Order: sequence, then structure tokens, then C-alpha cells
Amino acid sequence: MPILEVEDLSISFKQYTSKWQQETLTVISGLDVVLEEGEILAVVGASGSGKSLLAHAILGILPGNAIQSGTIKYKGETLTSARQEELRGSEISLIPQSVNYLDPLMRVGKQVRASAKSGDPVTLQRDVFEQLHLQEGVENLYPFQLSGGMARRTLLSTAMVSGAKVIIADEPTPGLDPVVIKEALKNFRAFADQGCAVMLITHDIESALTIADKIAVFYAGTTMEIAPVENFKGKGEALRHPYSKALWNALPQNGFTPIPGSQPQSNALPPGCLFAPRCPIATPACGEARPEMRELRDGKVRCIHED
Amino acid sequence: MNKRMLQKTGTFLLLKSIRMATLLIAICFISFLLIKNSPIDPIRAYIGADMLKVGPEQREKIAAYWGLDEPLMVQFFNWGSSLLAGDLGTSMIFRRPVSEIIQERFMNSLILMITAWVISGVLGFVLGVVAAMKKGTWIDRIIKWYCFTLASTPTFWMGLLTLIVFAVWLGWFPVGLGVPAGVLAQDVTLAERIHHLILPALTLSILGVANVALHTRQKLIDVLASDYVLFARAKGEKGFPLFWKHGLRNVALPAITLQFAAFSELFGGAVLAEQVFSYPGLGQATVEAGLRGDVPLLLGLVIFSTLFVFVGNLLADIVTYLVDPRTREGKSL
Repeated sequence: MPILEVEDLSISFKQYTSKWQQETLTVISGLDVVLEEGEILAVVGASGSGKSLLAHAILGILPGNAIQSGTIKYKGETLTSARQEELRGSEISLIPQSVNYLDPLMRVGKQVRASAKSGDPVTLQRDVFEQLHLQEGVENLYPFQLSGGMARRTLLSTAMVSGAKVIIADEPTPGLDPVVIKEALKNFRAFADQGCAVMLITHDIESALTIADKIAVFYAGTTMEIAPVENFKGKGEALRHPYSKALWNALPQNGFTPIPGSQPQSNALPPGCLFAPRCPIATPACGEARPEMRELRDGKVRCIHED
Repeated sequence: MNKRMLQKTGTFLLLKSIRMATLLIAICFISFLLIKNSPIDPIRAYIGADMLKVGPEQREKIAAYWGLDEPLMVQFFNWGSSLLAGDLGTSMIFRRPVSEIIQERFMNSLILMITAWVISGVLGFVLGVVAAMKKGTWIDRIIKWYCFTLASTPTFWMGLLTLIVFAVWLGWFPVGLGVPAGVLAQDVTLAERIHHLILPALTLSILGVANVALHTRQKLIDVLASDYVLFARAKGEKGFPLFWKHGLRNVALPAITLQFAAFSELFGGAVLAEQVFSYPGLGQATVEAGLRGDVPLLLGLVIFSTLFVFVGNLLADIVTYLVDPRTREGKSL
């Protein structure tokens, strides 16, 4: 059963290019993503493809100058900003990127306890800390005293004590050593197996592949393909979109093959398919209109060619 | 842990004392040199209007009596050693020991400065917080405009303005002085003293607001745009509790530091405000001493104001040190 559905989400920002001229930057356009109960969905894509903004949009914490369209549904109910305000922290929980997301002047134990919505916060926090192998003294430390790994686990524990049904983890792995990454990912798996849902936003495809059920490939602010994790193997023959294939084959262990060009800037998006300028199989038809997302072989793709 | 804390505090205090000692020596030496090279003639200043009755021989005798004929460095050391013995000398215009005058004037100024310090600190902080929370609205614009106007207003002009409006036009407050004229010292009531204090304190407070308000505003805007406030919102925190938990402490720290570090501006402001209101405080004594060439009093005041500003900065350091865990606990674990 889908727990979280994002349909045709677009996010743009108004920006002043000079004193009087305003420009609208579209950072996310026509994005579709579905998160099922008991599932880990990994959202992968290059930096600047709008991954973090997706997380912020779901929680309703986009900056004031953002313009958002499309619908986000939680358990089938369309979210309004008032409803988002009720859900965040209790039903939907964010695991942010870095230690900067902790209040520098507050002890971390206290910050974690503030996330607990039911039960005794102190017991909850201590249980979770023990589970994550954080020593007893850590709760009395300030964020600046934490090591990178400790900070990550502290951030993770804020989500774990909250009892949320949906966890959105924004780049939880960079800077961690492989052992801790494995540990953190194992926690996500355990979490999903309890019937919750995890959206793992990352550019670390390898780690994502080890635990995710589905992979959503992000490019220039939209999903190009949503594929089951099994499709990522061999030369990527089972994948549906040329970009997913290119991304897969660019990994060091898969041939390290680069493709020319770079992701378009959000103020200079091509009119048709966003990947068309770099696509090896592009035809004139690709440059005319944005392809719709369509079902294909147990996944979804935004390309007119594949079948 | 505790022993380490103690050790750290000890080192901190030792370093601060060394710094204060070197600062005082440098200030004493520089101001001594400046006074020596200024056109002030100590003998003329001492004798005043009777100068015509004093012949060159008598002058030389006075100079020899005071040690003015000795080399500069010897004079400096003579002055310095009596200073160390706690003797600041005798004021020429008041004909009383300098330390006594400073003490008496400081008590008057202290009330004025504390009042202004507290009012401007609290008011500035509140205004800054309000402006940041309502950033971009008309409230923010009014507060900003008010602060910029104040920040560019000279103290004496502000003082004159309040005098014109509240003392001359409205007649609510006396035009000047610390106590009513023509009343015996022992008959002056507390209410009368407060009545005389209000206008100078008001002038100083109004001007001190701008600094704290603008800094607090900017800092709170930064804090509100910070990742940890975003995360707090993602955790469902909002409104005033969010500000109270994450905003206040992060904003109060720089504001408090700034307010303590502003002792120098407070003192500088008091000099001008006291002069405008003829309020018998340290500031007015400084102007008098400077204009009438009262060297011992001037030097005493220089040393005292140095200490005063140093203590302000020291308090700022200590408060930051105690309140901010990043400096208090250093690297541990």
C-alpha cells in the first residue's frame, strides 16, 4: 500500500536578476515518486538535481520564496500545509545531512529527547543510543564535541525516537567509514521491515543498491526512471532510461564510461526531454515535448524510445 | 575534569592580568608623554590668575619643588612610583585628592551609566528580535530606520534635543545639574536625584539601542535561516517555543558580549551627555580637567577609564566563556 505519493511536483524560485527583473527558476519539474509501506526507496542523482528540495517539500519546510505545485499524499490523503505541520516530526521524520542541523548550544541528548512524541523521552533516547552504540556520556555532549560518525548516529536517533512511519534520510552516508555505513543502512532495513517506509536520498548508488527495494533516478529536478533494485546489474540492459544506463556504466566497477556534457542548469533547461542534449539515442522528437512518465516492465520511465 | 577547569580558569585569569598590566603601563606612558608635550604649563595651571604676581625665580622654585626640572624619564618614574603606592596626586581645580574626586564622580556616573546600559540593552535586544521575526514588514523597516538614524546621531545633539523638548518646552524635567540648585546637600531627596537623572539617562539609552538592536536583528535572521532551525521545524517545532529553545540562547550570547564590550562607548557617551546636562559625573570632570589643564586629575581619569573599559571587555569574555559551551568545555572526549 502506498504510504506517500508525490504527483507532478514542481518547485520553482523567484529570483531577481537585476533590480527590476525577476526570473523564475524551476528546480524540480513534474516529479513523481511513490513510497510503499515496508519499502526502502533510494533516490539517486548528481548534486544539484533537487534531491534535498524533494525532502523539504514533503515536510513543507521549503523557504518562503519557493513556489510549489502538484500534490503530495500521505496514506491517500492530500497534504495541506496545515496537515504537513501536524505530521512532521510525528509521522514523517527527516534525517538531515550534517551536524550543522543540531543546535550548537544544546546538549545532544536533550535535542534527541525533544523528538520523542510518546513514552518517556529519556528512556527512549537511552535505548536508541545503546542500539546505535553511542556511549552513555554522549548524551551530555554538545554537537561540536561529536565525531562525524557520532553526529550521524545522533541524527539517526532523532528519527528513531520519533516513532514516525516515514523516514526521509538526506545523504546519511558521506564521510562515514564502511563499518558505520553498513550499521546505519542495517538500521534503515530494520526500520522498513517493521512496516515503515524509508526514502533514502543519496548520491552513493553502491550503498543504496545494497539495501533499497527500488531506485528512483533523478536528473535535473525530475525522476527519469523508477526501477526495482534487481535491474541494476550487468551492463544495465534491464534499465529503462538511457541516463540510468549511463549512470550505472559510469561507476568504476562497471566500466567507468563517462558521457559528454553536464546536467543542465535550472535557468537553462532544454524544452523537450531534459536528457536529450546528452542522450546517445536522441531523435528530433525528443526535443519537442517533455516525455510523460509511463509504466514499463514493472517500473516507470520518462522516455519515448524504450519499450 | 574539575581540576582541569580550575587550571584553565587560572591560566585565563593570569593571561588577562598580564594583559591588563601591560595595557596600563602603555597607557600611562603614552598619556604622560602626551601631557608633557601639550601646551599645558602645570605652573600656570596651578597658579591661575595670579600668574602676573609670580616672578621667573619663583617659577623656577616651584618647578624645582615639583621636580619639573628633572629629565622626562625620571619624572615619569616619580609619578609612576607614587601611582603604585596608591597616590594619584591632588587635583588642581578641586584642591582635593584625585582618588576622592574620581570616587565621588564615579558614583554619580555609575547610576547614570547603569540605567542607560540596562535600558538600552533590554530595549535594543527586544527591538532587534522583533525586527528579525518580522523581517521585511513595515515594523522591521521602522525599527531599522530608527536604528540607522540613531546610529548617526551625535550624543550632544540628542542631549540638546531632549533638553529643548522635555525641559524647555514641556518643563517636565530640570535643565541640568545632578541636584536642585540652592538646596543643601543633606536636604536633597532621592526623588530629586532621580528627577535630575532621567533626561541624561534617556539620552544615553536612546543612543545605545541602535547597536544592540541591529546586531541582534542580523544574528537572529542568520539563526532563523540556519540548518538547525530548519531541522527543528522539520521535527514539528514552531512559533514561540521554537524561538525560545533555539533562537534565544544563540542570539543572546552575541548581544550580551556586545553590550559588555560597549563600555567604552557608554563612557564616551557619558562624557558628552554629562557635559550637555551639566551632570556632575566622571565625564564632566574629564572635560573640566582637560580644558583647565588639571594634569593629575586628567591622568587619573585616563587610568580609571582604561580600567573601566578593560573590566567591561573582561566581563564580556567571562560571560561568553561561561555561557558558550564551545569555549567552556573545549575539546573533550
